[in-house]
Amino acid sequence: MLHTIDMKPTNTLMRLSRAEYKEIVRWTEKLRPTRRCMKILKDKFPSHSQSTLLSIFSLEYQKWIKRTFSRHHVPDVIESYYQRYLSEAKAQPTAPVLLELANEVDLSPALMARIILDRFLQGQDGGMPSKSVLNSMLKEPSLIPDQILASNVYQCTINDCCYGPLVDCIKHAIGHEHEVLLREKLKEKNLSFLDENHLRTMGYDKTPDIILEVPVAVEGHIVHWIESKASFGDDQSHQTYLNEQFWSYWNRFGPGLVIYWYGFIGELDCQRDRGILLKDCFPTDIVTLCHATQQDRSPESQNKDKE
Amino acid sequence: MAALLESLLSHKVDIIKVVDWLKSAGDEDKLSISELGLTVHKEEFVPFLLNFLREQSSQALTHGPATPAKTPSRPRPAAQTHVFSEKRGCKSASGGNGTRAASRRRGGRKKSGGNMSLGGRGRGGHYIDETGGRRSVRGGEGYGRIIEQVSPPSVGQLNFNNLEEFPPVGSSPISPAASKPTRRINPTPVSAERPRSKPKTCFTSTPFSKPSSPLSGVVPLEGSMTGGSSLSLQEERELLKKEKTKRAQQVGSPQPSSLEPCTPTKTVLKTGSKVTPEQQTTCPEPSKVTFSLELDLLVELYSTCISENLVPNIFLELFFVMQLLTSRSPHTHDDEQESLCAAHSHSGVQLVHNCVYFAVKVLENQFQLVAHLDKCTLRLLAENERVASFSPHLRDLLTQAQDKSTAKVTELYLSTFIHSVPFQPDTDNRSNFSSDKAFHIFKKQRDIFYEVLREWEDFHKEPGWNFDTALGNRIRGMMSQMTSAGNHSHFARLFLKQLIQMCKGPRVNSTSGDAPDADLLGMLGAEGLGRLKRLEERLIQPHGVVGPCSPPSFPGYQEFFRDFLQAASCCQLNQHLQDSLCQQLLQLDEVSILSPPASICERDKEEEEEDGDMEQQKQRFSSVLLLARLLAKFLGFISFLPYQTSEKPSREIQDTAIALRSKSVPVLDVCAVLRNSIRRRHTILTVPWLVEFLSMLDFIGPRLLCYRTTLGTLLLFACRKLVLDRCEEMCYLNKLLMVSVLGWLFQIPVIPEDIFFTSEFTEVAKVEESDINVAGLDCIPLVDQQLLYTCCPFLGEFRKLLAAFVSGSTAKSGGIIRKITPTSAELKDTPAAHRSQQKLQVDLEQAFFHNQPPSLRRTVEFVAERVGSNAVKHMKATLVNELVGRGEKMLRDGLGSPNSNPSKLNDSICAQLCDAGLEALARATRFCCEKSPEAIRILLPHETSPTVLATSENITKRLATEKACSWLSANITDCSENCQHLSQTLFCNKADRANIICTVS
Repeated sequence: MLHTIDMKPTNTLMRLSRAEYKEIVRWTEKLRPTRRCMKILKDKFPSHSQSTLLSIFSLEYQKWIKRTFSRHHVPDVIESYYQRYLSEAKAQPTAPVLLELANEVDLSPALMARIILDRFLQGQDGGMPSKSVLNSMLKEPSLIPDQILASNVYQCTINDCCYGPLVDCIKHAIGHEHEVLLREKLKEKNLSFLDENHLRTMGYDKTPDIILEVPVAVEGHIVHWIESKASFGDDQSHQTYLNEQFWSYWNRFGPGLVIYWYGFIGELDCQRDRGILLKDCFPTDIVTLCHATQQDRSPESQNKDKE
Repeated sequence: MAALLESLLSHKVDIIKVVDWLKSAGDEDKLSISELGLTVHKEEFVPFLLNFLREQSSQALTHGPATPAKTPSRPRPAAQTHVFSEKRGCKSASGGNGTRAASRRRGGRKKSGGNMSLGGRGRGGHYIDETGGRRSVRGGEGYGRIIEQVSPPSVGQLNFNNLEEFPPVGSSPISPAASKPTRRINPTPVSAERPRSKPKTCFTSTPFSKPSSPLSGVVPLEGSMTGGSSLSLQEERELLKKEKTKRAQQVGSPQPSSLEPCTPTKTVLKTGSKVTPEQQTTCPEPSKVTFSLELDLLVELYSTCISENLVPNIFLELFFVMQLLTSRSPHTHDDEQESLCAAHSHSGVQLVHNCVYFAVKVLENQFQLVAHLDKCTLRLLAENERVASFSPHLRDLLTQAQDKSTAKVTELYLSTFIHSVPFQPDTDNRSNFSSDKAFHIFKKQRDIFYEVLREWEDFHKEPGWNFDTALGNRIRGMMSQMTSAGNHSHFARLFLKQLIQMCKGPRVNSTSGDAPDADLLGMLGAEGLGRLKRLEERLIQPHGVVGPCSPPSFPGYQEFFRDFLQAASCCQLNQHLQDSLCQQLLQLDEVSILSPPASICERDKEEEEEDGDMEQQKQRFSSVLLLARLLAKFLGFISFLPYQTSEKPSREIQDTAIALRSKSVPVLDVCAVLRNSIRRRHTILTVPWLVEFLSMLDFIGPRLLCYRTTLGTLLLFACRKLVLDRCEEMCYLNKLLMVSVLGWLFQIPVIPEDIFFTSEFTEVAKVEESDINVAGLDCIPLVDQQLLYTCCPFLGEFRKLLAAFVSGSTAKSGGIIRKITPTSAELKDTPAAHRSQQKLQVDLEQAFFHNQPPSLRRTVEFVAERVGSNAVKHMKATLVNELVGRGEKMLRDGLGSPNSNPSKLNDSICAQLCDAGLEALARATRFCCEKSPEAIRILLPHETSPTVLATSENITKRLATEKACSWLSANITDCSENCQHLSQTLFCNKADRANIICTVS
């Protein structure tokens, strides 16, 4: 995913209608988080940018996992997975048995790895392993005392494009990269701003990525703050963001702009008049306070202009 | 009373004497006329006159809301004088006991009443003289086309069937009938147009009806007509019930049964089916006026009362007069009824002639007052055919006045965007809270507050939505959290700031649609309106004329804040709000006097340039005034909230409450504030906000010493200092605004009606002479029509009434125009792209200030003001001086030369100077651009970021240049068209901006 940043072809659609979005979602239901599947999706919707499709898939897959995870996360189910893993790993020590198991039972490989590792650690010292130990082992499988399990966990995490430490890392990097990108664009446009870190030191209780020191107008709407989201804006995530972030920013700083770099459902951009504007890229139609031009003009020239 | 009027009308007493007496300031309360052995008190005579006029004309007023003046009941007007309707012969025929008769109709006597014609039209039918046991329908009661059946009223039953005016009834402690409750029978004219018209909704006189009443035939009819407004109608009925009970209790009669006015119930519903047929209305003609001498006398008396502020509410009187002007007397085609009233078939017609005659005369007499109404109203008046036929002179005056009238009642430019209260680290970050927990809880509370607000915006207009059901629990949950965290002061600040931000401007968003209406009327004029009739019937919502006495209300967003406080019912929050409101109010009352407004007095001598400044002062004043009124209303609301009762408590409860409450200190020492304000002559600021505060009083409040004194003082003040025609220290519009808001205050339900015509209230009060050495706000013309209409939205009722008449005169409808929702709203000029760009720039500027500390804005505005002013001074001292010298020389030289043509010469010199004068603009611009940044850099904090600093400098430059150039172009260069154009464009920009500042700041 990393390499897709800012690589979207300029003619691809980022702002989808709800119907288009639903069509994509319908397709993603049949797919699993594998590279092959991603290829299928891309071929099916060539006019959409790859990152948009990936982001939509990822969101849908996460929703699906959320719905089904409880089915797997039951002690006897876990126990049966663990026993199967043990026996199969014993039989074929080099085969990616855990990955295959995950695919077989329709669970995210990274989550399967977590469950099995958790169960393994419990068996070792009897007690519940701490979260941090678990996480560090997932991030760095070589820390796992069992060689075979370590390689199985590794195979799971690198083959999961929706969950796992690797994906988290990528997501974080992409998010950060977009923030940097945003700051660069602002500097390019000579718009001065305060960023999140700056705001925190000033004691703000909620902080968007960017606060403009001098507001601008984007497509005729006043913008005080900008929030960058390196994901696709679907109904669910947008609603959550609205409640937890965007409205809170509005409540403190007035109207602002959200950039969903990977696009969003067009119908969600319905709060423009209320002060939340959605874009899928850095806006081009920016109006700033233009005193510079005014002051240079003498009244006479203004007068002529009027005539 | 009656005797005095009688003697006046029969010329036994000289009108001049009475008028002089009315005009004499308060001291000469009594008028003694020895030859008649009469002694009359002003406070008795005035209400008598007002009631007399209303009763004389009530038959004609079948449209629009009733306008009973809030008079305590005094002796009833003489029924024997029938100037509006009766033939001369009838007048003397009636006995002298009309007054008493008026109050007698009750109980047993009524029981004997079978069918009787109360003479829907005739005056005599107004009173029933029971002395002879006859159900007399005296005099020329015209064509009482409806037979009214008087059903025996059951004891104690409220008769809610009265669709007619609420009678100005009360008891008369000094009349011969003192022991008996006064009773006036209100005739209930069921005219064909009545049910069609929107129910009258003047809160002092709302029609009401019980579903089970014999009127049930009418009720659904009305229901279908009024459509969506049934809710408000219901509310109004409640209000009326209250009002009625209140009045009833005030009479203090031991017999509850006797308290109900026994208006005959109507049984004749034939009219119901006659709604649709075209009404033939009588066209009033000046030649058919009878009793013109008597009418002239009445006009003079009445006008004097209005001019001298002897009436409780001058606009109510004016409204009444306009109702007379637009009164109708429909003919009936019902044979049966025609035969009934055949004998008197003329009097009804006469009635209208006389009403219109009287109205036009009063309007002529009160022209100065009328001329201050808005353009649209003036136009409608000028185009009114009755005005034209009765007084072409008045029509001409009105036409002229239209051009002078500035108040097109349009809305100011309002930033369409509602902002939140900005988070300011200085006051809002962690260090301002006692604990992390408190800080985090407040973070959540801010978000919940806005969430609730947004939800209210989205849903409050949906049918069935209820504030408390939908939001109550969330708000109360928030309050209890707040209590545990001790965040009340923070929340109170947020709440107030948001309130101010959303509600300060003139009625944003409240009754959207009023403005297009006004524009529409203005555009189409009278003739065009007729054509709208058919459109009306399709697109419409009922649009009632409610009269000029709307009760206190919380329009637009104010409703949210009121409902929030009610739902929260959190005493801690209320206390914090009260503290803060008091402080802010008193600050406003002071601050505005110390800063610019006061200083203009001292400096306007030396700087005539402050012409444009005056405009700024006005805007500043209006902004302060509107804010103070808003705060005062909410302070009043919160302060009297604990004492509000839906019904007026009984006298005993009141007495106990007074004893109890007089021990504690009122939230605001209104007496002292008022006295101080009168002394220092800034009543034009204080009185309007005090009125808002007092309008929130509970029933007992006005009887507490402090409020009683204040009310009394206000009353005295109005009579002594606010007489409009007397050109004293105060400007006309300043006075008019105060008279108008005071009139409105005295008319609202909780203010006892006896306040106006007794000395009880005034004896505790005294109006101190103001300090002559203080040049206060009162002597500065701060109020303009715009502000007047913003503070007194009810003045728009005149327009509605007149428009209703226009549409009604061609339409069959009851004469009430309905609101049209124009789909072609684009008719107002579609904003040019360039204009919207301009607006965007202004919005951006405002947005810039929004998230900066308030001190930054103050600094920018201050610097711009001073630099602009200095630029003008500088130009005057240098360039202008030089130009004047040059011009003089050129003129002298030119005139010296042979065969010079002075006018040509003048033109050519002007043209030359004008070109040179343009230089002044360029130079002033340079001056401002040079000086502004220096000052800003020194005055803003050193740490200000470079961008913020640069932006502030630029805004300052722009403001200063604009100020300087607008003055210069108006005063130096406007001698050629070119320059006029320039000045106009500059003025346009300025006006736009000024409006914006006024609404945003």
